[in-house]
Amino acid sequence: MKQKIVAKGLHKIFGRSPDIAMEMLRKGRHKDEIFKETGMVVGVQDANFAVNEGEIFVIMGLSGSGKSTLIRLLNRLIEPTAGQILVDGQDVATMSKAQLVALRRRDMAMVFQSFALLPHLTVLDNAAFGLEVAGVGRKERERRALEVLDEVGLKAFAAKRPAELSGGMQQRVGLARALAVDPSLMLMDEAFSALDPLKRTEMQELLLTLQKEHKRTIIFVSHDLDEAFRIGNRIAIMEGGRVVQIGSPDEILRNPADDYVRAFFKGVDVKRYLTAKDVALPDEVLVMEAPADLNAGFESAIGRLRQMRRNYGFVVDKERRVLGTVSIDSMLRCLAEGRTTLEQALLDDIPAVPGDTRMTELISNIVRNPYPLPIIDGERRYLGAVTQTILLRNMAQETANV
Amino acid sequence: MSEFLPIGEWADQAVNFLLENDSGTFGALGTFVGSLTELVEQALMFIPSWVLAVVLTALAFRRVGWRFALFCAAAVVVIIGTGFWNATMATLALVISATLISLMVGVPLGIWTAKSRLAAYFVRPSLDFMQTMPAFVYLIPAAMLFGLGKVPGVLATVIFAMPPVVRLTSLGIRQVNSEQLEAGVTFGCTPWQLLFKVQIPGALPSIMAGINQTIMMALSMVIIASMVGAGGLGNDVLTSISRLDIGLGFESGLAVVLLAIIVDRMTESFGVARPTKA
Repeated sequence: MKQKIVAKGLHKIFGRSPDIAMEMLRKGRHKDEIFKETGMVVGVQDANFAVNEGEIFVIMGLSGSGKSTLIRLLNRLIEPTAGQILVDGQDVATMSKAQLVALRRRDMAMVFQSFALLPHLTVLDNAAFGLEVAGVGRKERERRALEVLDEVGLKAFAAKRPAELSGGMQQRVGLARALAVDPSLMLMDEAFSALDPLKRTEMQELLLTLQKEHKRTIIFVSHDLDEAFRIGNRIAIMEGGRVVQIGSPDEILRNPADDYVRAFFKGVDVKRYLTAKDVALPDEVLVMEAPADLNAGFESAIGRLRQMRRNYGFVVDKERRVLGTVSIDSMLRCLAEGRTTLEQALLDDIPAVPGDTRMTELISNIVRNPYPLPIIDGERRYLGAVTQTILLRNMAQETANV
Repeated sequence: MSEFLPIGEWADQAVNFLLENDSGTFGALGTFVGSLTELVEQALMFIPSWVLAVVLTALAFRRVGWRFALFCAAAVVVIIGTGFWNATMATLALVISATLISLMVGVPLGIWTAKSRLAAYFVRPSLDFMQTMPAFVYLIPAAMLFGLGKVPGVLATVIFAMPPVVRLTSLGIRQVNSEQLEAGVTFGCTPWQLLFKVQIPGALPSIMAGINQTIMMALSMVIIASMVGAGGLGNDVLTSISRLDIGLGFESGLAVVLLAIIVDRMTESFGVARPTKA
């Protein structure tokens, strides 16, 4: 996968003589010590990450963790003290002013927490702002602005002023303004944080829909775990100016790097973010390949199940694709009736569950069916089983962890 | 009494030095200011009083409301009825030209002080000086450098009336919402684009308040400027003082007050009519 933007050893120090603070950092001094001795603030310390093309990369952290500073270093709204920012291999940190202006017009757009629309312009002119600055003619930029306003559902409001719109609608204009320049990279700073929860979800949906239609590289700053997990392909967690962990939502959830990361999940219903494949265990239930000789196969399966004190087993084909579930009873019935076909033995009310099913859905499923459920991937291949016991054990564990 | 700091003497010498070594700049400046004022006055006098009265009242109705429109109509009747129309127009012409010059210099100066600490360092004490030095004092060097008449009156008025627009322009530019600035920069504004597309529009309500203040100060100063022969209503006020003519003083004073109220409300309405809320 192509890397769109790469940060290498990125630092930002606020204060009179950043060189001194940088030297202290290099000697391994802590940022608190540096602040105490020199009064200088280490805003971002040694940030390293790479964002792939077409990915939504969420930078998450509590307020004061440096996430807003970090995103502003990427387009040099804030000048970095040290390090590199490579956009398509070009170092933004060493660009001339003219190059930087060209890059901002062509490749990067930003959406702000407080919307930052220009109150003296109409919605249409706000959406066309980036194009106007870049010198696009009136006709062409208004056509394009109307197009993006349509995409965000605000075409009818083009002649209004921002102050006449609700917060959610204003941020749609903010989004349209960014989309209008068709940037390859979008920076979104707490873009939905000022909206009420309902509007926030709506905007997240909109962003995901837009992303489905046209994949852009998006860097999204958020303090909201819910939001990060919903929209993020990968998440970077920041603490005290440093990136402490980068990974997919699953990786971070299952392997928090430290107590700080773990603390994020405190009070959050983590189960909601787990999926079936996260809790499924591969060896909990007997798995057998569909036997060639059904009679012999069933008899040996019954024996093994009794030995394991289990009632149910899964049947898979040669590629380990799940065919269905059998029980001791269903197999005995088949043997007794002497009509041994595999279909006869399969319990037809036990569904195979896709691996990305959310826990909440899985729980309601398990409550309805007291059998083990086979969990499958996109090609129906067996991933593992979920039973009531496994589920309960998982929930108990989550509570203990927190 | 022995004075060991002859500052007054130095000021005297400085003005004399300027007089003796003037290579035509004061002449050119005087010609420019004189013709500007003349042009504005000619324009105001050219329009028949009733046309101006109707336009004024209509404008008052549109921008402010029917009550103020009524007030305007009444005020015009009073001014014409007391025979002060021409003097009032002469005063208005002085105010308009002094304000125009104040804005031409003051707005850029305000922007500059907002952007440069060094400029602010020098400009702020100068503004304090300009505002607090008793207004009459400017008249002396102005008269010496430009002779008697409208030109020294307008220039003394400019010095006295310019500080508010400089201060409020500077304040307005500095108070533009920082995320709006970031938005401008992010979308690739050059510094000039940022100034004209984000900062000045954002500062406009504050700038308009500054313009309003400048106009009001100009109005009070042009009356005083009649001492150097600037003319207008100030002449009548001055005459009434020297003759202890209460009637003339009251009538001319009333015309000044009515003009001030009309000008103030009108310019204020242009300031608030702009959408200022984000």
